[in-house]
Amino acid sequence: MESKLIMYEYTDFDEAFLRDRITEFRSQIARRLDGSLTEEEFKPLRLMNGLYLQLHAYMLRVAIPYGTLNSRQMRQLAEIAERFDKGYGHFTTRQNIQFNWPKLSDVPDILTALADVGMHAIQTSGNCIRNVTADHFAGAAADEVEDPRITAEIIRQWSTDHPEFTYLPRKFKVAVTASDTDRAVIRFHDIGLRLRRQDGEIGYEVVIGGGLGRTPMIGKVVREFLPKRDLLAYLEAILRTYNLSGRRDNKFKARIKILVHETGLEDLRTRIEANFVQQKRLLPDLDPVKLAQIEAGFRPPAFADKPVTRTLSPAMRAFADINTAPHKRADHVIVTVSTKAVGSTPGDVTSAQMRVLADIALRYSHDELRISHEQNVVLPHVHRADLPAVYDALRDAGLATANVGLVSDIIACPGMDYCALATARSIPVAQDIARAFADIDAQRDIGPLKIKISGCINACGHHHVGHIGILGLEKSGVESYQITLGGDGTEAAEIGSRAGPGFAHDEIVPAIERLIVAYLDHRLDRSETFLETYRRLGAAPMKAALYGGAHDKAA
Amino acid sequence: MTKGFKPKVATANHLIEGDVIYFTSEGWSRRIETAAVARTAEDAEALIEQAGQCPQETAGASLIDVDLSTGIPRPVHFREVFRTRGPSNYFHGKQADHV
Repeated sequence: MESKLIMYEYTDFDEAFLRDRITEFRSQIARRLDGSLTEEEFKPLRLMNGLYLQLHAYMLRVAIPYGTLNSRQMRQLAEIAERFDKGYGHFTTRQNIQFNWPKLSDVPDILTALADVGMHAIQTSGNCIRNVTADHFAGAAADEVEDPRITAEIIRQWSTDHPEFTYLPRKFKVAVTASDTDRAVIRFHDIGLRLRRQDGEIGYEVVIGGGLGRTPMIGKVVREFLPKRDLLAYLEAILRTYNLSGRRDNKFKARIKILVHETGLEDLRTRIEANFVQQKRLLPDLDPVKLAQIEAGFRPPAFADKPVTRTLSPAMRAFADINTAPHKRADHVIVTVSTKAVGSTPGDVTSAQMRVLADIALRYSHDELRISHEQNVVLPHVHRADLPAVYDALRDAGLATANVGLVSDIIACPGMDYCALATARSIPVAQDIARAFADIDAQRDIGPLKIKISGCINACGHHHVGHIGILGLEKSGVESYQITLGGDGTEAAEIGSRAGPGFAHDEIVPAIERLIVAYLDHRLDRSETFLETYRRLGAAPMKAALYGGAHDKAA
Repeated sequence: MTKGFKPKVATANHLIEGDVIYFTSEGWSRRIETAAVARTAEDAEALIEQAGQCPQETAGASLIDVDLSTGIPRPVHFREVFRTRGPSNYFHGKQADHV
């Protein structure tokens, strides 16, 4: 079976850099333990290496560039989870993985194990350019202009340890898609790039100033078409403009979205374009040799031509209907593996499951896996002939839940079960909603529905772009959950509107049930989705379902 | 007890393990039941200062409100209740350690 690394491979320089950083951090930990460094001095150093201190333990956030893993890397994550953690890892909405229980003294060994497979935890925290995310169907999607990971990789190399951008006003997130169908939520990133073709030339639509958090904003198009060769000069111009003008006086106003909002797009565009002219003089165009090397890392695998002989059982067909998407080759499919079995924690995968996924990827998906921002795992290149074998292997590992895009395929941040910033729990709410709608036929009847839950205003659970968003807050000393309606993270970007007063922890699931019953009562027919019904009728019938006649007064 | 003052204990995370610890008269403990309780504002000031004396063991230290109606300190805020227990999705953390 082939086992090739279908992505960028580290050079000797990268490898040495990574090992040096681990040695440095090992000595910083030793100095913290012997008392030479205070906690105050040590905290920024550990954060630079992706190590947070959460409610019950440390948490190590590991970057998965553009969400792509090979089987060897997945196996190593399984090994780390087993050896240094509690036998599982948590995949996040930023296509990363988090380990919830590492000991401080083990972290250098964990980082060494990661470096052995070309991974690290650098720039997963702090006011720098974070892990670049991309469409999780990249390289496989039928509708893409080219593999967006080529661009993401160029940006990864450019932004890693970039000397000017390690102390930005605030963190900075970049997402890339290459399809008109936006699966990478690009309009809610500091910079969103959409590859597009104009007059036969490939370039980018550049979006800036999107974001979620306490001030959700939809990104604005700052450049309709940027030729590909100008990518880094233009990014450099945006980042320099932001670095100079972004507000450092107020942490809550320091993201580029506030700069766009306060300065106005036109004014900011003028500044960026002026800076771009300078950058064009200073920076060479993308080096075609280097570009060719990167492109080679993302060449499509050698797809097999073979007949599809086995017919699918009803269970397999149900799975294929819901969890597969069209591949650029008609004889292949993209399989999304849901981490959201009833009662499970969204995004959590055990070591045993990671190994099964690695085996399946190696055998049936050209050694590739993806982590989606919806906290699922994607097998991007599965031949239709192999679908029964893939299904059987997934089912045996408890990974064949056929709910992708349905009511129980919920995004949930770790919330107050783990996170030190959280104001309420998210995970039990997701679990209880999934239990309330456990019947898969009922879920299919309800149809496409995105529920997204955040345990605080920072919105890691993307609640603003959930068709139904849930935000956990504290109100009068107890957990309280606010519902937003009509959010949309795709190209038809919308920020959800707050429905009304919040619900207590034991009231939130019944409230969601009432909402869904109201949708079923009001939809024109089965083909009209929750979001379409909401857009057609507005919030009134949903509010009536949530609050009865009292909502006008209560709101 | 000072009028209007809510009793407090000092808590932190263990430097190596990262788990939740409480300051007692004999140093740090993993159980809130054994925590030293400050009943006045002056006691609380002294407690947090004392708790900060051994920084090699801890990552950060802060005071939290406790309820003493059962005779032993119990946290008041739900966040602190969770910190005495562990996450709700798995039987991990303190709830498992205490078995």
